[in-house]
Amino acid sequence: MHPPTIWTRLHLRHYVRSGWPWRAALYLLSSAVLGLITLLTLVLLAVAGSVLTVVVVGLPLLLVLVLTGVPLASVERSRLRLIDSEPLADPHREPDRTGLTAWLRTRLQERATWRELGYAVLFGFLLWPLEALVVGSVLLVCGGLLATPVMLAVDGEEARVLKMWIVDSWPGALAAALAGLLLMPVFAYPLGAIAAGRAALTRFLLASPTGELNSKIKELGRSRVRLVDAFEAERRRIERDLHDGAQQRLVALSMTLGLARLDAADGPLGPLLAKAQDEAATALVEIRELIRGIHPQVLTDRGLVAAVEDLADRSTIPVDVDLDLPVRPPEAIETAVYFAVSEALANVAKHSGASRAVVRGGLENGQLAVEVEDDGHGGADTERGTGLQGVADRVSVLDGRLLVSSPPGGPTVFRLLVPCSTP
Amino acid sequence: MLRIVLAEDSVLLREGLVGLMERFGHQVVAAVGSADELTEAVAAHEPDIVVTDVRMPPGFSDEGLRAAIALRRRRPGLPILVLSQYIQRSYAEDLLDSSDGTGVGYLLKERIGHVEEFVDAVHRVAEGGTVVDPEVVRQLIRHRRDPLARLTAREQEVLALMAEGKSNASIAAAMVVSEGTVSKHFGSILTKLDLSLDDTTNRRVLAVLAYLRGRPGVETA
Repeated sequence: MHPPTIWTRLHLRHYVRSGWPWRAALYLLSSAVLGLITLLTLVLLAVAGSVLTVVVVGLPLLLVLVLTGVPLASVERSRLRLIDSEPLADPHREPDRTGLTAWLRTRLQERATWRELGYAVLFGFLLWPLEALVVGSVLLVCGGLLATPVMLAVDGEEARVLKMWIVDSWPGALAAALAGLLLMPVFAYPLGAIAAGRAALTRFLLASPTGELNSKIKELGRSRVRLVDAFEAERRRIERDLHDGAQQRLVALSMTLGLARLDAADGPLGPLLAKAQDEAATALVEIRELIRGIHPQVLTDRGLVAAVEDLADRSTIPVDVDLDLPVRPPEAIETAVYFAVSEALANVAKHSGASRAVVRGGLENGQLAVEVEDDGHGGADTERGTGLQGVADRVSVLDGRLLVSSPPGGPTVFRLLVPCSTP
Repeated sequence: MLRIVLAEDSVLLREGLVGLMERFGHQVVAAVGSADELTEAVAAHEPDIVVTDVRMPPGFSDEGLRAAIALRRRRPGLPILVLSQYIQRSYAEDLLDSSDGTGVGYLLKERIGHVEEFVDAVHRVAEGGTVVDPEVVRQLIRHRRDPLARLTAREQEVLALMAEGKSNASIAAAMVVSEGTVSKHFGSILTKLDLSLDDTTNRRVLAVLAYLRGRPGVETA
C-alpha cells in the first residue's frame, strides 16, 4: 500500500473536513516565501558573481550560484512531506573523502546537482509567482468575504466587499460572510489539485531515477552480498582444509623426524634429519601466517576486539587499541571491519612514517564506527592503493563507508562507518 | 612416570603423541578427540597432567582451551599443557588467568618436533611450572612495551627465557653468562616490575604473569 498523498485524499468524502486542504494551502504559501528567497539569491549571486569576476573573488560566488539548487532541493524534499507522505530520497552520493574539495568535486560531477539548479531557476522565476497568485486569491476572496461583518462593525456605515460592491446592512454583511464560508470547501478542491500537481512536478524533477532501475540496483546489491558471502565461505573452507590437513601432517612429520633424530643421534643421518626438521618448522611457520591471513581463528573465537588487539600486537609500530563493543556485531561486519583495520594498519606501517597509531571505536547511533589514526606524514590516497579500494568495496556491501582524511603533514585518519543494529 | 590424558582431534597426531609419550616411559591413560570426552576422561582417570589441543570438535573453535580452563576451575592445580597452532596472547592469558599461573603451559604444536624439549616441558608443567611458547613471549616482548619499557634488552631476554620455564642455570647457559648475572638481572626485573621481594609465592611466575599481562604487580596483593 502506498502512503497517503493529497491526490488520493482528494477523492475521499471527508477531504473537505480533513486537514489536507490546510496542508495544501500551507504548502503553496510556503512555496511563495521560499520562491521569493530563491529568486533573490539567484539574482544576487548572478549579479555579484558576474561583476566581481573581474577581480576574481566573483568566481566562488558563481560556484555557490551553481550549488544553490542543492540546499533548495533538500528543503523542497522535506517540504513535500506536508502533502505527500512518501519520502523523496536524496539522490546525492556521499563523497568518498572528507573535506570541502572532495565534496565539491562529487557534487559538480553529479547530474542531480544540475537538475536541482534547473529546478531552482524554474522555481525562482516561474513557479512561485503562480502559486502565490493561486493561494493569494483564495485567501483574499474567502478572507475578504468572511471579514465583511467585522469591517461593517468597524466602519459603522458601510463595508466594501472585495473592493467591488458595497454592503451597508447587517443581513448583507452576514450573507457575504456566509458566502465566504461556503466558498471555502469549494476552493479546497482546486487548491488541493494544484498542490498535488505541484508536488508531482517536484517529485519528477528532484527524485533520483526510480522504478525499474531501482529494483535492478537492489538485485545487484543482493547478488554482491551473495558473492561476498560465498567468497567468505570459501576462505573459511581453505582455512579449515589447511589447518586440518597440511598443518597437522607437517606437525606429525616434524614429530616423526624428531623421533628419528633420537635414534640417529650420533649417526651420519643426524645432520640431514636436523635439516629436514628445520625445513618442516619453516613450512609450519609459513602455513600458520598464511592461515592467519586467510581468516584468523581469534576473530571467530573471541570477536573483533581480541582480533584487533592481536593485529596491534603484531604491528611493527606501537598501536593502542580502544574499542568498546558491549556485544559482538554480526559476523559479516566483524570480518569486514577486521580486514579493513588490518589493511589500514598495514598502510600505516608501510607508508605513513608514523611512530604510533591508535585504533578506537564503538557503537554510535546504530553504527559501528572504527577509526585508525596515525601520527605520520599524511598524504594517503584512496585512489592509488588497491588495498584501500578493496576495503571500501567490501565495506560498501554492508552499506558502510570508508572515509580517509590524510592532509599533507598528517595525521591520517581512516574512518569506517557500518550500520550495525544491536539487539 | 606420568599418567596423561591427551585430547587431540587429528588421529594422526593423537597416535603420534601417544607413541611419543610411551617411548619416554609415560602412560597415556586416555586419548580422546573432543572437548566433552576430555572432561569425562579427566573425571574418570585423575591424570597427573592433561595435554590438549585448542581447536576441537564439535565447534572447531577454542573448545579445547575452554575445556582446559573449566577443568582448572573445577580442580585447581590440575596441570594442563595446551597445544596450539596460534600465536595468540589472549589464549595464553586466559589460561594463565585460570589460576595462579602454576602448572600450565601454552606451546605451539611445532614444538612437539623437538621431542626432548617437548617432553621436558610436559614434566615442568606436571611439576607445577609455567611454560609459555617462546614465539608467544617474543610477540609480547616486541609489542607490549609499556610496563616493560623499563627493562633492558638483557632483562627482557632473561624474562622471556624464564617464561619458557627455564631454570637460572639453563638461562645462564643459553645467554652465555654466569648464574650470578642471571640472578642479578632477575632481581632488577622484580624491582622494575614492582614485585615485592618478601613475597612467599613464586616470584618467577608472578614476574612472568605481570610480563604477559603488561600490568606489573597485579598479582602481588
